[in-house]
Amino acid sequence: MTATDRHIASPSAPDAAPGPGVAVQPALSIGNVSHSYGPRRALIDINFTVAPASFTALLGLNGAGKSTLFSLVTRLFGIQNGRISIFGHDISRTPGEALRLLGVVFQPRTLDLDLSLTQNLLYHAALHGISRREARLRSAEVLERIKLADRAGSKVRDLSGGQMRRLEIARALLHRPRLLLLDEATVGLDVKARADILDHVRQLVTEQGIGVLWATHLFDEIMPNDDLVVLHQGKMLAHGPVSRVVAEAGAQDVNTAFMRLTGAATLAGKPLS
Amino acid sequence: MSSTTAASTTTTPARSGFSLSEYIVCLNGIVWREALRFLHQRERFVSALVRPLVWLFIFAAGFRQVLGISIIPPYETYILYEVYIAPGLMAMIQLFNGMQSSLSMVYDREMGNMRTLLVSPLPRGYLLFCKLLAGTAVSLLQVYAFLAIAWFWDIAPPPIGYLTVLPALVLSGLMLGALGMLISSGIKQLENFAGVMNFVIFPMFFASSALYPLWRVQEGSPMLYYVCQWNPFTHAVELIRFALYGKMNWVALAVVGGCTVVFMIGAILAYDPSRGLARRGPGGGEA
Repeated sequence: MTATDRHIASPSAPDAAPGPGVAVQPALSIGNVSHSYGPRRALIDINFTVAPASFTALLGLNGAGKSTLFSLVTRLFGIQNGRISIFGHDISRTPGEALRLLGVVFQPRTLDLDLSLTQNLLYHAALHGISRREARLRSAEVLERIKLADRAGSKVRDLSGGQMRRLEIARALLHRPRLLLLDEATVGLDVKARADILDHVRQLVTEQGIGVLWATHLFDEIMPNDDLVVLHQGKMLAHGPVSRVVAEAGAQDVNTAFMRLTGAATLAGKPLS
Repeated sequence: MSSTTAASTTTTPARSGFSLSEYIVCLNGIVWREALRFLHQRERFVSALVRPLVWLFIFAAGFRQVLGISIIPPYETYILYEVYIAPGLMAMIQLFNGMQSSLSMVYDREMGNMRTLLVSPLPRGYLLFCKLLAGTAVSLLQVYAFLAIAWFWDIAPPPIGYLTVLPALVLSGLMLGALGMLISSGIKQLENFAGVMNFVIFPMFFASSALYPLWRVQEGSPMLYYVCQWNPFTHAVELIRFALYGKMNWVALAVVGGCTVVFMIGAILAYDPSRGLARRGPGGGEA
């Protein structure tokens, strides 16, 4: 059973316990979303959902529209067309409720390099209205979990790239969100750091029931039981369990499926001569 | 697209609204972070002090003999030129600090730190107001440090003036910070900030009553006099000048208060995703 099926049939969110025949609200719902920068269309009619306790990979080349989509979900940009909701809370109408349930790791580093690890975490906690006492407890807890407790007082600039990413993920989880967005979180990291971070995020899905949307352009980060969204030149080319997307593309693996889908899309986009 | 329409759906509860304590925690956190950044940037503190002190020790000393100051409110006797320009230099500290804060917002936006602030669930207008208050608090530290040094240079307002000037400094700091924030929303790259120096800071400072009384300006150039009258920085200077001597300039208060509200609303609208930042492409990143 895929994550998409799970979210229809058996809810795994800890505080959602619907009765028979009642489906769980998607962690993230993107409905008919389009976005333009002036005349340039960055996203065209995007539709998909992310189920709670699922790992959804958003696969696309640079310029596919992944970062624009993240900016819309996080309300950095306003929605021009369509609707985005997080656990049923519309990001435009009730942004506070929606953003409470959301944790984000952006592609560029967003840590304050001159502050310590704990100070960065405390600042994030304050932005979510978490009291200093509670924030200290949670900070110590997450630093322990990501094995950086001994560096709590160090400046962030003294950390390695992988450690910074782990800290950013820990920070994104500090306010206990139910949906986690990660925008190319492993870019620039070595193989081991990438694997560690992926393992960590997948554990969050299975152990804490967090819905994850993982934007990437790296095929080897996608597992057969993930959900997959293929984005190319602002259009969504495929969405569903990896096995189904691969099968429908008539391919043997994600790599080939992606090449076929995007190759076909590129050809379709070309004017006939 | 996964379908969820076949069955009724449950919603994950998220508390609606925010408690007062959450607002206070957020404000404390933003001010605390701004103070930490300020403490880490000692050169920023030193340069913020050196700038007005150079004007006081060198410029004012040189012009003391050239520029005579007649008795004008709030002063009740003849005063030295250094005494006259001290409120202008206090406002200058706040002007530079306001622009420095906007520079840090552009830097934060380019480096990504600003996103941490903007994805907070608290209302965005409130977050920006907190950021503004934090910048103002930092500017107060700078101004009082300047006043402490200036005291040894015979700039000695009545003791009560150190207290009565505080609300004026808060209001002028908010106005200049809000202006900086509004400007920062229109700057796409850090490099463009040099233009702010040339087109905002210098004109505002020189076309004001910071360095010379307006009646003198009027004698020299009626046109410049009107420009100075329309310059909100002039009114910030006069508000501080009067408050430093325990007096109130109501016109200055009204102008500075009004401009603060207008600039703040402009900044909030500019940072509103559906109005300002939304219209731009991703800053230097991929689509």
